[in-house]
Amino acid sequence: MVTTTQNFKTAAGSLANEPLLKVEDLKAYFFMDEGTVRAVDGVSFEVQPGKVIGIVGESGCGKSVTMKAILQILEPGAKIVNGKVTLRSRIRHGDPNSPEELVELTKLGRNSRAMRRIRGAEIALIPQEPMAAFSPVHTVGNQIMETILLHQDVSKKEARQIAIDVFRAVGISMPEQRIDSFSWQLSGGLRQRAIIAMALSCNPRLLIADEPTTAIDVTTQAQILKLLRKLQEERQTSIIFITHDLGVIAQMADDVVVMYLGMVMEKGPVRKIFKDAKHPYTQALLRSIPSVQSQSRVKLPTIAGSIAHPFNRPKGCPFHPRCTHFMRGVCDVSQPTLTQVDDDHFVSCFLYAEAGKAVPVMEITR
Amino acid sequence: MSRGIQTPEMKAENAAKTPLLEVRHLKKYFPIYKGMLRKLVNQVRAVDDVSFNVREGETLGLVGESGCGKTTVSRCILRAIEPSNGEILFREDNDQVTDLAKLDRAGLRRFRPQMQMIFQDPFGSLNPRMTIFEIISEPLYVNGMKSKTEREDHVSELLRLVGLRAEYMARYPHAFSGGQRQRIGIARALALNPRLVVADEPVSALDVSVQAQVLNLMLDLQQKLNLTYLFVAHDLSVVKHISDRVCVMYVGKIVEMAATAELFAVPRHPYTAALMMAVPVPDPSSRHIIQDLPGEVASPANPPSGCYFHPRCQYATEICSTKTPELREITPDHFVSCHRAEELNLAGIQETKGE
Amino acid sequence: MSTIDPKPLPSEGLQPINSIVAEAPASPLPLNEEPLITTQEEERISIASNWTLVWWRFRKNVLAVISTVVLFILILIVLVPDFFATMDPEATNARLAFIPVQSVNWLDEGKIKPWVPGVEGKRDPVTLKMLWTTDDTQKTYVKFFGKGFSYSVLGLIESNIHLVSSVDPEKEGQIYLLGTDRLGRDQWSRLAFATQISMTIGMISVVVSVVLGLLLGGISGYFGGWIDNIIQRLIELLQSLPTIPIWLALTAALPRTWSPEKVFFAITIILALRGWTTLGREVRGRFLSLREEDFVLAAELGGASQGRIIIKHMIPTFTSHIIATSTLAIPVMIVTETSLSFLGLGMRPPAISWGVMLQEAQNIQTLALAPWLLFPGLIVIVAVLAFNLVGDGLRDAADPYSH
Repeated sequence: MVTTTQNFKTAAGSLANEPLLKVEDLKAYFFMDEGTVRAVDGVSFEVQPGKVIGIVGESGCGKSVTMKAILQILEPGAKIVNGKVTLRSRIRHGDPNSPEELVELTKLGRNSRAMRRIRGAEIALIPQEPMAAFSPVHTVGNQIMETILLHQDVSKKEARQIAIDVFRAVGISMPEQRIDSFSWQLSGGLRQRAIIAMALSCNPRLLIADEPTTAIDVTTQAQILKLLRKLQEERQTSIIFITHDLGVIAQMADDVVVMYLGMVMEKGPVRKIFKDAKHPYTQALLRSIPSVQSQSRVKLPTIAGSIAHPFNRPKGCPFHPRCTHFMRGVCDVSQPTLTQVDDDHFVSCFLYAEAGKAVPVMEITR
Repeated sequence: MSRGIQTPEMKAENAAKTPLLEVRHLKKYFPIYKGMLRKLVNQVRAVDDVSFNVREGETLGLVGESGCGKTTVSRCILRAIEPSNGEILFREDNDQVTDLAKLDRAGLRRFRPQMQMIFQDPFGSLNPRMTIFEIISEPLYVNGMKSKTEREDHVSELLRLVGLRAEYMARYPHAFSGGQRQRIGIARALALNPRLVVADEPVSALDVSVQAQVLNLMLDLQQKLNLTYLFVAHDLSVVKHISDRVCVMYVGKIVEMAATAELFAVPRHPYTAALMMAVPVPDPSSRHIIQDLPGEVASPANPPSGCYFHPRCQYATEICSTKTPELREITPDHFVSCHRAEELNLAGIQETKGE
Repeated sequence: MSTIDPKPLPSEGLQPINSIVAEAPASPLPLNEEPLITTQEEERISIASNWTLVWWRFRKNVLAVISTVVLFILILIVLVPDFFATMDPEATNARLAFIPVQSVNWLDEGKIKPWVPGVEGKRDPVTLKMLWTTDDTQKTYVKFFGKGFSYSVLGLIESNIHLVSSVDPEKEGQIYLLGTDRLGRDQWSRLAFATQISMTIGMISVVVSVVLGLLLGGISGYFGGWIDNIIQRLIELLQSLPTIPIWLALTAALPRTWSPEKVFFAITIILALRGWTTLGREVRGRFLSLREEDFVLAAELGGASQGRIIIKHMIPTFTSHIIATSTLAIPVMIVTETSLSFLGLGMRPPAISWGVMLQEAQNIQTLALAPWLLFPGLIVIVAVLAFNLVGDGLRDAADPYSH
């Protein structure tokens, strides 16, 4: 803590209006032999306390890289080149009454003490692959206890009790016995619950769930989604929920960020995104997915083409080669910026460009 | 039987009469050995007495969660996996019916061109060391089309048919995106003019924005070529979208089978209903519908007694834990394997009309 | 089924079918106009075969490319050692023993005219040791690609061209680029022949290993069952034998009376007998995993025969790996042969191999007096390093699809 005092603004009690996490113009690039991949290229969003923010996008959209950048766990070769990530941090862990301070995560070293404290204790990650998240040679309980002992000033016995309590909280029956099992002894659903228990063990205020239900079956997925909802409501944890599944987003998120090739296309409250999407990409995506509620054997409207390889991202708006509203000389020339279309609804598209930019605004058919 | 374009009525009439494929009491048990002497200790009942038929020109969706045996069924039909028991009856053009399960390798080769497969993984299913021409033309070559120009003409036609440019045939798979590779896989499957196409999760590895393209293409091709699809998938939305009839599997058995609209509107098996309720709907205004089914899918190595679903079923009674239900037709063309199918009134899914 | 249904496929474009289209949005591009490939560079990559991709990746690895050049030179020496030799490697002359390394001078009187100084030996009356002094006035001019003793290239073409030879035919055989040994034999020339023997043993034994490994591993992996069991147990047995004692025993058992050629082949076989096991296992594993690949199943469903599947689909997928693995196996064989020969158990004089040459450098006294006798050791290191670097480079480049 001592080393990073300069990064802390003095607590003024006025932080109540601040978002829990604020990401501003974040850029993370991969520098490779073959060239530079602009995996995340100017992403901004905010996470309000106690809210679920859904980040939706397809492969290569940079959703996972954004999260790794926030947690400063990018793989070697990738670097944050721009942007600011600010967290409302409780400094004294396990003491929610201690004053909050704003910490700029991007200014902390990736292996600094402060960053390590924040990971796990303030921001916890639920990874996609539950099998890979646990070591097969230690019991699940020992691994959770290790996390607890790392972040909290408790005895081993207390840590075990905390672990059993979170096991119970995530709906694992017989937690006293299950805690001593190995990850490979647990079924898929139980393993996913154990991962959530591990993430919750230090009472983080922000959970990052990176495609937490992609690898599991639909009935188990429903259980996990319900559990996350319940925990979120009980504990007022904020969740960043990353997925490519629009159904899951609709069921889980309060606010949605739609990403495409490293950029935010649209963001806003979930109802506006699903009922009143502004960006041609969001609109097309919503129309093109089959739903159990839609009619059978009817041709779906499609999005032409495929996602460009991140190496040769199109110039201008990354979506323009596939866009039905493509405007030659505009969309393929410059990049649109996020524009406010409603108090809480932002779109990055020239169709909604601010007045004075001499860009024709077209009628959007929905 | 003519394979020309049929009116929907004709098609329905024909379909009801002539199943193209009939699977009877199909079983696939994988043995589990233990110890030095490889003693047989148990068997995984991956497919446990499954019977259904696929009618000419229709799409039968085979849906279920992982481990339900849907992929094993599809591979047994193609004899990519040897079935342990049962009959796989295939009707040829001249109405001659053959049991594929009894054929040896040589006998099977005659039927290969009539049944083809579309794979899940667009990367693993194309040999990276062959050009697109080599990939698509291989089945043509090994089935007797030796002239290269003839094969080139055929391949360029096939490429056009699946929405790719003919010039692409000189390229290698690594130059294509997932969706394009899937089109190439479809072109290869169609090269021999098959009558039955088994599609094993053909869109689940694709990006959301590309899935619709491939589904539309499959619908298109079915119309044009009068194809019959056996569509295997875990995603109910996709299955509902493409299938005429749907067959729901749970732990190696069929629990319910009916026409798509009927199945989704009036499910008769509690598992089908629970499965439908578990699907997250892309509509934030109907959030309440996430309902969870307790517990997890039973192990096919050690299934519960009676009805395999009874430990998770909220409607289970005494009989469910003792007697295995039979798959029976409770209304015309609606098959259910549940003791209480008639008395239960299960909620289905309502279609939202229009947008 | 021997013919194709002649019925033409419908060839009209992908028009939406009205009967089932609910809503078809205006698409800016027809489906078949996907602009995935835009630049010429991408076009070039898109039609690049596996081997082209492997080469593109390999050539980025500078060390591997340099090592390839080194290997190329070594292989040239293997093919025509006589071309590199300056004199008969067997020619002994006790009076010319332990001549030190001659330095080559490139300039003579301001002109480029390479020469080596003459050497003159005097015996120390006390120690009886030969003391060699160079005499810069006794210049032996040398030229490249000049004429020397006659030899035949691979038994086909007669030639007398040498890399280095004396300008003056009278002075032929007075160039000792790497000095001489105990018996006054020219090290440079001997090294050329040793390179031939040692490298050939390494490469041939690897070739034999590869053949055995491919055959037995392939049978094991493709057919499985009892034959797989037998081959696997055999591999386990061979691998459980302690190598060095076995090699020692086997080579020691070779009759002393055998000709160098016979010994040469025996050693090659002995090395290969164990060498194939690793490769055999690898090939078996590849076959096992390839049998499960979707594209193999697709070929089978398309009606391809088993032979075609093996030759067209399975073997090409791991040829590059086999090449990389074999390249990495060669240096092991070379080092083994060198060690055995060094211990006097492998090749024996009059055969010349690196190990045989190094035998000369076995005692500390010779080392102190004639350190140039260690030069074959340096060549061993260079050769082993080169093979390893090329092998590593190939292995990394072998799977261009991993990225």
